[in-house]
Amino acid sequence: MANRADVTLLLRRAGFTPTRGEVDAAATLGPQAYVADALTPGRPDPGADATPPPTLDDPADLLKELAKSAGQTQRTAARKRARKQSLELAAWWVQRMVASKRPLTEKMAFFWHGYFATSVQKVRSPALMLTQQDIFRSKGLGAFDDLVLAVAQDPAMMRWLDTLRSSAEDPNENFAREMFELFVLGHGNYSEEDVRQAARTFTGWRWTPARGFRVASKLHDDGVKTVLGRTGDLGGEDVIRLAASQPASHRWIASRIWSRFGAHAAPTDPVVAALQASAPPKPLSELFRAVLLSPTLTSASVRGGLVKQPVEWVVGAQRALGATLPARTVLKTLSSLGQVPFAPSSVGGWPEGMAWLSTSATDAKVSFAVALASAADLSTLANEPSAQRLDALADLLALDSWSERSRRALAGASGDPARLAALGLISPEYQLA
Amino acid sequence: MTTPFAQAPFPQRPASHRRRRLTRRGFLAASGVVGAAGIAGGAAWASLAGSAGTRQVASTTADGGTLVLLTLYGGNDGLDTVVPAADPEYQKARGTLAVSEHDALPLADGLALHPSLVRLKRRYDAGTVAIVRGVGYPNPDHSHFRSMSIWQTASPQTPVTSGWLGRWLDATASSAKNGSSSSGPIQAVGIGATLTPALVGQRRSAAAVPTGALAVPGGALGTSIRALFQPDASTGNGTLLEAVAGVDNDYLSVADRLGPLLGTSGTGGDDLASQLGIVSRLIKAGLPTQAYAVSLGGFDTHAGEEPTHGRLLGEVDSALDTFLTSVAGSPHASRLVVMVYSEFGRRVVANASGGTDHGTAAPVILAGPGVRGGMYGDQPSLTKLGTGADDGDLIATTDFRDVYATVLSDVLAADPGPVLGTGRRSLGFIKT
Repeated sequence: MANRADVTLLLRRAGFTPTRGEVDAAATLGPQAYVADALTPGRPDPGADATPPPTLDDPADLLKELAKSAGQTQRTAARKRARKQSLELAAWWVQRMVASKRPLTEKMAFFWHGYFATSVQKVRSPALMLTQQDIFRSKGLGAFDDLVLAVAQDPAMMRWLDTLRSSAEDPNENFAREMFELFVLGHGNYSEEDVRQAARTFTGWRWTPARGFRVASKLHDDGVKTVLGRTGDLGGEDVIRLAASQPASHRWIASRIWSRFGAHAAPTDPVVAALQASAPPKPLSELFRAVLLSPTLTSASVRGGLVKQPVEWVVGAQRALGATLPARTVLKTLSSLGQVPFAPSSVGGWPEGMAWLSTSATDAKVSFAVALASAADLSTLANEPSAQRLDALADLLALDSWSERSRRALAGASGDPARLAALGLISPEYQLA
Repeated sequence: MTTPFAQAPFPQRPASHRRRRLTRRGFLAASGVVGAAGIAGGAAWASLAGSAGTRQVASTTADGGTLVLLTLYGGNDGLDTVVPAADPEYQKARGTLAVSEHDALPLADGLALHPSLVRLKRRYDAGTVAIVRGVGYPNPDHSHFRSMSIWQTASPQTPVTSGWLGRWLDATASSAKNGSSSSGPIQAVGIGATLTPALVGQRRSAAAVPTGALAVPGGALGTSIRALFQPDASTGNGTLLEAVAGVDNDYLSVADRLGPLLGTSGTGGDDLASQLGIVSRLIKAGLPTQAYAVSLGGFDTHAGEEPTHGRLLGEVDSALDTFLTSVAGSPHASRLVVMVYSEFGRRVVANASGGTDHGTAAPVILAGPGVRGGMYGDQPSLTKLGTGADDGDLIATTDFRDVYATVLSDVLAADPGPVLGTGRRSLGFIKT
């Protein structure tokens, strides 16, 4: 039977800030069974059902109205609608993460969103962003090459990295390069020539709302290419499957998942070996399982080795205090913290670790924490005698313990549950995942 | 307040952060959670800085000026910024994307500025803009993230974890006796939510301040926050928790010092003009801050480059001009220098999508009262291009570390040695 602190840690990593009830249930189940269940797709989630996505314009209609051929008035109105719906969509996802009873599903979708970082700013259709998210939900635990291929043929990605504009006559390198570097192999595991040759294999890839994905043979380069040492009339799918079969790819995806669910620092050799044994071609669910159930997870350096991303902090805070703030406040905070869903600033995705912490970020978190604490029903804290409230707060925030310094500062606020809760949310301890 | 979808500073989060496992305050160096290779940054740079036989920049004791670092994320098209408009090779390579000789704003040596840079052109004519041509590094990397990381760490051969200005902060801290370096956490200030890796050192980092208001709450809450963010050894030496607590402690001192200058609403937006508006306020207040960092994203123009590129350059032109006008005459800006750079330029030949793919060398622009205006470095050839991995790319004529050495030595009055290694030379674009 794992101890309660270890189960709490597992639930923090496999979700957002777990409630006491969630920790109780998982402790009864045991870590293995909890993770097995969390990685089983298709289980009911009443929280998700209660937060359906917003109604979004049909992509074909919206893109037509945004096109240069549309009149100025129509274009302005369409732009305004697209912007409004982008914000609604971002706010919806945060609400869904707060409400979900299966937080790993949401956390994983969010991981893949940052991994295949695509922004609505260039895609322009919020509905296409939601379609892309469906891929993360339906294929995020399956075969890695199937996932990459589905994303490669996804209209949002094809708009984002210019695949739609690439032709045999003049291949556009954008997708080929980022696919090797960020999605499949990692920097240094392919050559410039591989990028240029691979770009040829994605030429003629097109997508229309009416017909979906297809390869336009007249625009596709069907000549001989050499990519990663293989020569022939390679197509884009061949290149993706070839790249995903390289040992470098297995190391890459294992390291990316570790650095988001394990720790920022490179794992020790035994962990690397364990991860590689669970890496593709095995399904991705095996890799997530290996990370979450790694015996190393509970070691001091891994336990204290991961910083919460802003979305994780904002979601976890609302889950912990059982209260929500208006979408406007949530989005303004996430914007100040530098992480608005569906709007990563580059294909490289969001930063990790200490990059999230700054004077600027602390300032935004103080405002959010104070507003949230004053909106929350804090009777679980208020009902405890003052002397017990620090432990109750640690429990509420799913934290292992307080440092001496935090304990002293919090003790001074123990008579005021709202102040106490706000301080807990901005404490150094709660910034770690 | 702008919306979350306003011109997102792609800034401070080039994905090089993804691999920046290390943090601030030497957290990992102390914690030993990564192997020595991972933390070698501070120690390793000296050995890899080479020993080219050029004139060594002298360390200077003169009063330092002020540097504003403006990063253009995405790879700004250098050829369509400082344009060889009169060169038929340029017109041929760029086709419909080429800036016509008629529209371009002529400078010197057959070069001209993009028509969106009309205010910069006026300042060039007034002698306060320097253009360093063909800036790059050996074996150019075409990855945004790796190339930006190279520019920000000034270490082309080996990935290191400290930024070039971060190492400058480290060096000034260790040269100041008994912590007499009075500026502390505001010696360098980045504007925005997250900090550019250029300003992250092994032991010290810059502060990141918002464009909105910044204040520690008052009353009982404020008292509690101040207690919570006190330095304390109980968080454990070298742990991530200690690093977090260090940032929180900086929040107190930075907010107390800078907050009153930002007013109750700051400048609001996170666009370039708002970022520079904050810098202007801080400079005019006479802070001891020596380096500021701002940024603008969106320069990755693979497709439909115009009108996007022209719009972005117009934004730079307008924001920069307003900024330089606002600080003109301030006694704290007499030796101010703004340095504008990007991770690479773009391929010489345009692609079929009306855009350009990732390239190599590009101009670095310096503007401000501290600048000795004119052209520096040689313009790369449009006919003798790179081969192999750099097929069709410009060949750099000036090493970016010489630009940095000039800035360190002549703007920041610092010895470039501890930051860049030996053998760098001054390019002379700063008034001395």
